[in-house]
Amino acid sequence: MITLSHFIVLGAVLFCISLAGIFINRKNVIVLLMAIELMLLAVNINFVAFSRFHGDVAGQVFVFFILTVAAAESAIGLAILVLLFRNRHTINVAEIDSMKG
Amino acid sequence: MQLSTSILLIIALAPLVGAALAGLLGRQIGRAGSHTVTILGVGIACVLSFYVLYQVVWGGAQVYNHDLYTWFQIGKVHASVGFMIDRLTAMMMCVVTFVSLMVHVYTIGYMSDDPGYQRFFSYIALFTFSMLMLVMSNNFLQLFFGWEAVGLVSYLLIGFWFKKPTATFANLKAFLVNRVGDFGFLLGIAAVLYFLGTLDYSQAFQAAPSLIGRTLHITQGTSWDAATVICVLLFIGAMGKSAQVPLHVWLPDSMEGPTPISALIHAATMVTAGIFMVARMSPIFELSSGALSFIMVIGATGALFTGLIGIVQNDIKRVVAYSTLSQLGYMTVALGVSAYAGGVYHLMTHAFFKALLFLGAGSVIIAMHHEQDMRYMGGLRKYMPITYITMWIGSLALCGVPFFSGFYSKDAIIEAAGESHRWGAGYAYFCVMAGALVTALYTFRQMHLTFHGKERFKVVHSHGHGHDDHGDDHHEPGVLHHAPKESPWVVTVPLIALAIPSLLIGFFTVGPMLFGGWFGSAIHVEEAHNVLGEMGHEFHGALAMALHGFTQLPFWLVVAGFVITTYVYIFNPAMADRIKRALKPVYVILDRKFWVDEVYFAIFARGGVALGRALWRGGDAATIDGAMVNGSASLVQRIARVARRLQTGRLYEYAFAMIFGLVLLLGGYWLLGRG
Repeated sequence: MITLSHFIVLGAVLFCISLAGIFINRKNVIVLLMAIELMLLAVNINFVAFSRFHGDVAGQVFVFFILTVAAAESAIGLAILVLLFRNRHTINVAEIDSMKG
Repeated sequence: MQLSTSILLIIALAPLVGAALAGLLGRQIGRAGSHTVTILGVGIACVLSFYVLYQVVWGGAQVYNHDLYTWFQIGKVHASVGFMIDRLTAMMMCVVTFVSLMVHVYTIGYMSDDPGYQRFFSYIALFTFSMLMLVMSNNFLQLFFGWEAVGLVSYLLIGFWFKKPTATFANLKAFLVNRVGDFGFLLGIAAVLYFLGTLDYSQAFQAAPSLIGRTLHITQGTSWDAATVICVLLFIGAMGKSAQVPLHVWLPDSMEGPTPISALIHAATMVTAGIFMVARMSPIFELSSGALSFIMVIGATGALFTGLIGIVQNDIKRVVAYSTLSQLGYMTVALGVSAYAGGVYHLMTHAFFKALLFLGAGSVIIAMHHEQDMRYMGGLRKYMPITYITMWIGSLALCGVPFFSGFYSKDAIIEAAGESHRWGAGYAYFCVMAGALVTALYTFRQMHLTFHGKERFKVVHSHGHGHDDHGDDHHEPGVLHHAPKESPWVVTVPLIALAIPSLLIGFFTVGPMLFGGWFGSAIHVEEAHNVLGEMGHEFHGALAMALHGFTQLPFWLVVAGFVITTYVYIFNPAMADRIKRALKPVYVILDRKFWVDEVYFAIFARGGVALGRALWRGGDAATIDGAMVNGSASLVQRIARVARRLQTGRLYEYAFAMIFGLVLLLGGYWLLGRG
């Protein structure tokens, strides 16, 4: 029997993977974007699980919104990435630090 | 009958109008216009002053005491502008306006080449107005107004030649030293208000007896007699204005100003304001024997020791300046022994002969082309007979030779000091008696060096360069381009006009003014120490007094002074240098003026600079600028230098910080929630 806690643990594991993806990855901005995408999906799993558990569809509606926004966000993110590459000829995260104090 | 208010107003305001016209419109009305309006203003004031004197003395006018205008009112303190005219005031008004008028006329001659001609006339007319406001006042605040106004004009006039560094130094010095006195004076007025609750003379004098037994607690555990505190504080004001030891240092330096103002302000009128003030406040001063002893000792010290300095001076004006200090000491001694009438009487006679001596000295200075050093004069009597004769009259009056005006006033003071039983009277008597000899020494020395003996200047008729260096003061000492000649009539007429009262006024006024209770209610003396009243029993007319004077010690001291100076400076001129060498330490002490200037300079001037420097370096630069203003900025900078390391610009580190913080927060919650 698959219970609510299985879903929540799955969400938490996905979230931690994506977190590790953000921290450990120092090379590639694309991986960074992918990790953020994964983080959003982990949150979505939580939403769906609780929606089902409470018998309330509002959570599932929310997931659609998040998916839409995530799609838009990755589109913008990739566009920025292209511009970044054009200007700096690199997508190495460690080298993008011009905002440092 | 009653004095007319409008006449009094005209007396006070006519010089002010003259000053305003000459000062503000000097360029438009020109040099002649300026001296015309100011002389007219002062002349009107002078004529009307004599009319007021006549009304008060012979016309039977009552004492005039009215407020004319409310200056301001704060709570119960009522400050008004008003006049109080009694015999004391009327006499002062006449002295002030008469001497001022003479000086105005004299100035036409003395300042004829000066570019600041109009300005000068404006100032001296303004001075006359201020002095009249001072003497005519009926309350302490207006007195203080006049007091400060004459101080201001004195400052402006000492520094009249403002391009001369010594003159600007001297006027600053005079102003600062006077501030010390004025501070005491203001405190005295405040004490009067505190104890008597009024600033009006007549009310204050009526309430004065209530001061007996009242005390003032300044610090814990000490109590001061109220009357003594008031009197000493007021007298500190007089010490500043009347140049008493130890605040006398400004007066000799004030000789940097043009000679007419030395005569008017620093000899005849302004410096006597302190004497007048004490006499005016006699009902209060009579309450404190301690304060009067203080006054007497201060005056006696000044009378003797400043006179001694006068003996070694070489500048003709400085000799007269030191003699002024000495004579002011005499007046102060008279006040200190409760012989107020004697002090005021000496004030009056002194005003005439001292103005005369100063104007005479000025006349000599004109003739010598602004050479003031007596070592380069000598034998001037054949060149300038009028100056010579009038100067002799002034000198004899100053020395107190019988029948001259100075004799009556000065002899009365010496005798009053001898009669008094007040604490310190013995010292005062010795000082004024010895002062008689000292006076004779410096006066006759000055006369001999200036008018007698060999000529110590050369007349070189300059060829070619004509008048180019005429008036160029210090080309070469003792070399003149023209022979000295008698000054023009505008100079000699005031000399003669002042010589007449110097010669005669004592003889005719001594009886009523000194012994006849002439001042009436204006001067109040307690019966217990009324020395003039006691002396009055032995007074049998001016003639008898003068004849008696020939048998007295002061006269023979003057004769001794004459003999000594004549021998030293006429018959044996080398003697002076020999005496100087033999008494080198004494000479040095006198030449350095007892080092008073040096001590003041070291303590107050340098001390002030050091204090200022310490406050600047320590307080301003280090504490405020260094620690507070720049300190807070650099503190922020230092914190920011550390804090900016947190801003790495790397996204994953920001994310890590975010998550780490979130974990920390949640973990904390969880832990605390469990506990």
